[in-house]
Amino acid sequence: MHIVTGFDDDLKYLSGRIAAMGGLAERMVAESVSALVHADETLARKVIDDDRLLDEAERDVDEKAIGIIARRQPLAADLREIIGTIRISADLERVGDLAKNNAKRVVAITAGQRPAGVVRGMEALAELALGQLKDVLDVYATRAVATLAFVRDRDVQIDAVYTSLFRELLASMMEDARNITPCTHLLFCAKNLERIGDHATNIAETIYYVATAEQLPERSRQDDSHKVTLPASATGRQGER
Amino acid sequence: MSDADPESARPGFVRIAAGRLLQQRWVLAAAAVAILGTTLLSGSPLGPTFAAIAAVAAVAMLVPRGARARRHGETDADRNPVERLSALRLAAAVSDPLVVFDAQATVVHANPAAEAAFGSLRGVDLRLRFRAPEMQDLVRRTLDAATHPAPVEYVERAPIERLFRVGASPVGDGTGLFVLVFRDQSEARRIDRMRADFIANASHELRTPLASIGGFIETLRGPARDDPAARERFLEIMQTQTERMARLIDDLLSLSRLEMKPLVAPGQTADLVAVVSGVADALAGIAADAGVEIERHLPAAPVLAAGSRDELTQVFENLLQNAIKYGRSGGRVVVSVERSPVAPGGGRPQVEATVRDFGPGIAGEHIPRVTERFYRVDGEASRAQKGTGLGLAIVKHILTRHGGRLSIASAPGEGAAFTVHLPAA
Repeated sequence: MHIVTGFDDDLKYLSGRIAAMGGLAERMVAESVSALVHADETLARKVIDDDRLLDEAERDVDEKAIGIIARRQPLAADLREIIGTIRISADLERVGDLAKNNAKRVVAITAGQRPAGVVRGMEALAELALGQLKDVLDVYATRAVATLAFVRDRDVQIDAVYTSLFRELLASMMEDARNITPCTHLLFCAKNLERIGDHATNIAETIYYVATAEQLPERSRQDDSHKVTLPASATGRQGER
Repeated sequence: MSDADPESARPGFVRIAAGRLLQQRWVLAAAAVAILGTTLLSGSPLGPTFAAIAAVAAVAMLVPRGARARRHGETDADRNPVERLSALRLAAAVSDPLVVFDAQATVVHANPAAEAAFGSLRGVDLRLRFRAPEMQDLVRRTLDAATHPAPVEYVERAPIERLFRVGASPVGDGTGLFVLVFRDQSEARRIDRMRADFIANASHELRTPLASIGGFIETLRGPARDDPAARERFLEIMQTQTERMARLIDDLLSLSRLEMKPLVAPGQTADLVAVVSGVADALAGIAADAGVEIERHLPAAPVLAAGSRDELTQVFENLLQNAIKYGRSGGRVVVSVERSPVAPGGGRPQVEATVRDFGPGIAGEHIPRVTERFYRVDGEASRAQKGTGLGLAIVKHILTRHGGRLSIASAPGEGAAFTVHLPAA
C-alpha cells in the first residue's frame, strides 16, 4: 500500500499489461503448434499477425515503466517490481517472436513429409513448454514463489525431450534425403520450443527475485544436443532422474 | 418486504399463535413468575393470578409481530428459506465454478468448485489469473459497462484440456460486485478430439500389420500355393499379426475411454499397498512363466492415495507387465510403496510406488519419450514382446488425471525404475 494511490494504479496497470501479454503469448504458442501439427496455414497467418500486438505491448510497458521510475523514484520492493516488469515483458515478447517463427515454417513443412513419431515428439515438447509458461504466469498472479521448484525439474525435462527429438530428426534426415528440408525446419521449431521453455524459466527467476530480493540457485544448462553424433554409437547419455 | 401471495394459503391461526407465544416465551415466563410471586408474597387467592397470566398470554397471541418476525413464519412459507440463506452457502452448493469479484477485478469469493478447478483464487487479480484475451475482454466489458456481455469460450490447457463457457454479470444493483460463472463444455470437445485421434492412430498403426497380412495372403495364393511348410509358417505369422491388431485396438479404445474422462473426482481414495499387492498376485503366474520373481517391499499399514482404485490398478498392471516383459533378463522385479520424504515446494504431501526391474535398461535419449504413444525404443524387440506401444501412454494419462506424475530412472545395463507419484489422501 502506498500513500499516493496513483502509484498503486500505475503498478496495477503494469501487471495487467503483463498478464494480457502473457495470455496472448500463451495463445500464440498453442496456435503455432496446432498449425504445425495440422498443417493449418490460416492459423499460422493469424499467429504471425498477433505478434504485432505483442511488440506494441512491450514498447508500451517499457515506456510506462520508465515513466514511473522517473516520476515516482520507487525504492526497494517497488523498484524490483518495476524492473521485473520490464524483464518479463521482454521475455514474453521473445516468446511471441519464437511462436511467430514456428508459424512461418508451417508452409515449408507440408503434410506428407513429417514422420508421425516426430510430430508426436513435438507435441510433447510443446505441451511441456506451454505448461511451464502457464504455471509460471500463474505464480506471477498468486506470488506463491515457494512452488517455483517445479520450474527447474520441468526445464530439465524440456531439454531432455529436445535432445531426443534432435537425434530423431538427424536419423530421419540420414534415412532419406527428401526428408532434409522439412526436418531442418522441424529442428528449428523444436529449438524454438526449447527456447520458449527457457524464457518461461527466466520469468520464474525474475518473479522469485521480485518477491524475495534473492536469486534462484544457478541452474545447469542441460541442452546436450552438442553431444549428439550419428551413427548412434552407444555414446548416449546415461539416464538421470 | 413483499406482500404475501394472496393465492398461497396463509398458515393456520393456531400456528401463528404458537409462533408468537414462542417468540415471546421469555417475556411471558418472566411475567408469569412476577405475577405468581406478587400473589404469593401478598397472600392473595390464586384464582385471579391465573386469570392475569391468561390475559397476558392472550394479548401476546393476538398482537401481530414486527416485520422481522413476520418473515419468520407468518407469510408465504416457501420464500423464507431462500431469503435467510447466506450467499456463501448457496454458492457452495452450485457445482459450476463461480467467482465473485469487485470493481478492481480482485477475487472476493470463489466457491469450492472454482477452487477445485483453478486452485486458490483468494485475493488474486482476475486478469492475472485468466490471461486469455477473450477473458480479459469479458472482464473489462463487465466492469466498464456493468452490463451483461455475451459469454465467451475459455480453454485451460494444464493439467488436462478443459473448455468452459464463461458468462459474467453484475450482482444485484449497486453492490459493486460481479460474478463469473464457468460452464464446463469439455466433454463435447473431448469426444471430438478422441474420435479424431482414434481414427488417426488406428489407421496409422494398423496399416503395417494389414499390409503384411495382405502380402502373405498374396504369396499363399500365388508362389507358395503348393508349399505346405511355407503355408504353415505364413499362417502362423498372419495369426500373430491379427492378434497384435486386436491388442492394439483394445489399447486404443482403453486410451480413448480414458481421454474422455475429466479430472478424477475428489474424495475417492485407494490403498496403494492393496492395489500393488493385488496386481502382483494377479501377475504372479505370468511372472513365473517368464522366470521372473516379484519381490515386495510394502509397508504393513495402508498407504492412502487420492484416486480411483480401478484406474490405479491399471497403472500398476501396465508397469508390472512391462517390467516382466522387458526386464526378464534380470530375473527379478521389485515393487515398493512409501510416503514421499518431502513435499515438493511446500505442496501437498505425496506417496510413491516404484516398479524396478534389472533388465537391459533404457538409454538416456529415450527416457523422456517413452510415454509418447507408439514410441519404440527398439522396434524389433518390443514388437517381439507383443507390445502395442500404448502402455506407458495410458499410465501417464491416468496419472495426469489424478494430479500425479511418473518419473523414470534408468541406465543401460542397470535396469529401470518407474516411480508413480500421487497426492496423499
